[in-house]
Amino acid sequence: MPAASTIVNVVVSGVLTGIVYGLMALGLSAIFGVVRLVNFAHGELMTLAMYGAVVAFQRLGLDPFLSMAGVAVVFGALGYALQRGFINRFVSRPEHAQMLLMLALAIIIGNVLLLAFGPDARNVQTSYQLDSFELGPLLVDKVRVYAAIAALVTTALLGAFFRLTLTGKAIRACADNPLGARVAGLPVAHLYAVTFGIGAATVAVAGCATVQLIDVTPGLGPAYTLLAFVIVIVGGLGSMVGALLGGLIIGLSEALAGLLVSPSAKSMVSFGLLAVILLVWPRGLLGGRR
Amino acid sequence: MSESGTAPEVSTGVAAAKPAHADPARRRRLVAMGLLGLASLAMPLLGTSYLLSAATLALYLAYVGQAWNVMMGFAGQLSLGHSLYVGLGAYVAAGIFVHTGVGPWASVWLAVGACAAVGAFIGLLAFRLRIAGVQLSLLTIAFAELARIGFDHIDALGGPGGLFLPVVNRGHVDLLGFRGPPTLYYYAMLLLAAGALALCALLLRSRAGYYWRAIREDEAAAEAVGINTFRWKMFAVVLSSAMTAVAGTFFAFYNNSLFPEQIFGFERSVEILVGPVVGGLGTLFGPIVGAVTLVVLGDGTTELLNRAGVDLPGVRQGIHGLLLLLVTIYMPNGIWPPLARALGFEAKRL
Repeated sequence: MPAASTIVNVVVSGVLTGIVYGLMALGLSAIFGVVRLVNFAHGELMTLAMYGAVVAFQRLGLDPFLSMAGVAVVFGALGYALQRGFINRFVSRPEHAQMLLMLALAIIIGNVLLLAFGPDARNVQTSYQLDSFELGPLLVDKVRVYAAIAALVTTALLGAFFRLTLTGKAIRACADNPLGARVAGLPVAHLYAVTFGIGAATVAVAGCATVQLIDVTPGLGPAYTLLAFVIVIVGGLGSMVGALLGGLIIGLSEALAGLLVSPSAKSMVSFGLLAVILLVWPRGLLGGRR
Repeated sequence: MSESGTAPEVSTGVAAAKPAHADPARRRRLVAMGLLGLASLAMPLLGTSYLLSAATLALYLAYVGQAWNVMMGFAGQLSLGHSLYVGLGAYVAAGIFVHTGVGPWASVWLAVGACAAVGAFIGLLAFRLRIAGVQLSLLTIAFAELARIGFDHIDALGGPGGLFLPVVNRGHVDLLGFRGPPTLYYYAMLLLAAGALALCALLLRSRAGYYWRAIREDEAAAEAVGINTFRWKMFAVVLSSAMTAVAGTFFAFYNNSLFPEQIFGFERSVEILVGPVVGGLGTLFGPIVGAVTLVVLGDGTTELLNRAGVDLPGVRQGIHGLLLLLVTIYMPNGIWPPLARALGFEAKRL
């Protein structure tokens, strides 16, 4: 049994990672909840954002925590355009056709990244990357703390947007009843596009926040897509609070499994949890009843 | 669908009144099949070693695509984790060979049994608990990923470092040990692909084929007319996983090295489904047409670039993605149905 201080350290680190996971999955959940689209390219969007942060750092010397705002804006616009000009035409296609469409986009993004940047890992090295905050026996990486703060701020902004603005309320109306929203005269195509833009922007923030914690390679996409799916299935597909809760659960359980069992047990736990939740609780913890 | 044109001849008795050669579409189909068969048989005599390996790959993809198509194309159950059955089939056969020296003729049955059992287990869980659509495909991914991580921890099978099959002779044909020159593997895969095609043709005309398509189109309606949907969905999953196991066994002895990271990877599951989707979901010749298209455009382009001295990783899969995108947008039924019409393979419907 590891020492108590080690466990506390791992728990804190797991919670911080979980907050970023939650933000990453939030976009997937919002897109599914509103557009009813299963975004199989979510992890590829995240990887694309990571390369955005890497390029901003290498070319312009921008810290990822500064460039994330710019990357998020670009991704928001990109997501809006993608949904408005392209995906909206397919919302009435069968579910599997939409999934295959997003899968095709995912393969293309992943391999364009491979063509553009090559297979070698890239990373961002800042002056504070290896520093940590010390609170008594507690030792927390600065990067992890900043990443969690960025994720919390983004999540709060998003929450405020959906609660307080008219557009946010209209999007929630769309999610609750797409036909009713259309009948009431809401611009559904525009709202779908805004939602996809928000989803892309949030995953971009998550990507920029994560870029200092791992080596960036073009092949990261599928793993992040699957991770995001694990999180939203655990939390409840379509529920935004559920995505955050799922992020925390997965972040924590991965960290604890890594410490108590073995580092490679991390993803075993996530996928085991995915299978169990799918089977016994297919709507997820906060997915509600149909 | 191309084969739907053949069904009325059998069932209405119209064709029985006329000799078979009176139907020009049927005659055309038979001639084309004969020519294709002869060309496939003669290929190793004419082709270079590169062409032979590309053709073997195309046949392999056609075969696993056919197996996947049974589950998704016929019965409408989307699996995104078929690498599970390729990997499990490969590891069972390779593990037995490495540890006991027993060749694939015996172990392939164990591989088939193991994959059918795992397929039945997943199907039982999913269909009893009424999981479908996105949730079902995520469940199939979850089990493939669990296998990938699990096999990383089996030291007797090499773990993450890989399992290597000893290669003794490449020169002469050893049919019993399934060892020999590339031509042997080409003909084995040709036999498998042809067998799968015949099996699927038979199934589509049988009760199972009609029930599957009823379930695919509207499961509630199928159940309402008295089809035991659970039983027939189970049949589709078990058959599909068992067929895929044979491909896994072949792959083990053809490739001679296995790594959990690669063989169980999500990319592999995607590679399996791109062919049948591009060729035409639920059609008999879709998986074949799709596999050939993927190999000609994907691997062909890569080879041409290599010969020009350009090495661009990502081109092959990028082309797969592009094909999948274009077909999903512009040809939702795949390239085979319109191609079959253009070639005059479809009986004229009045």
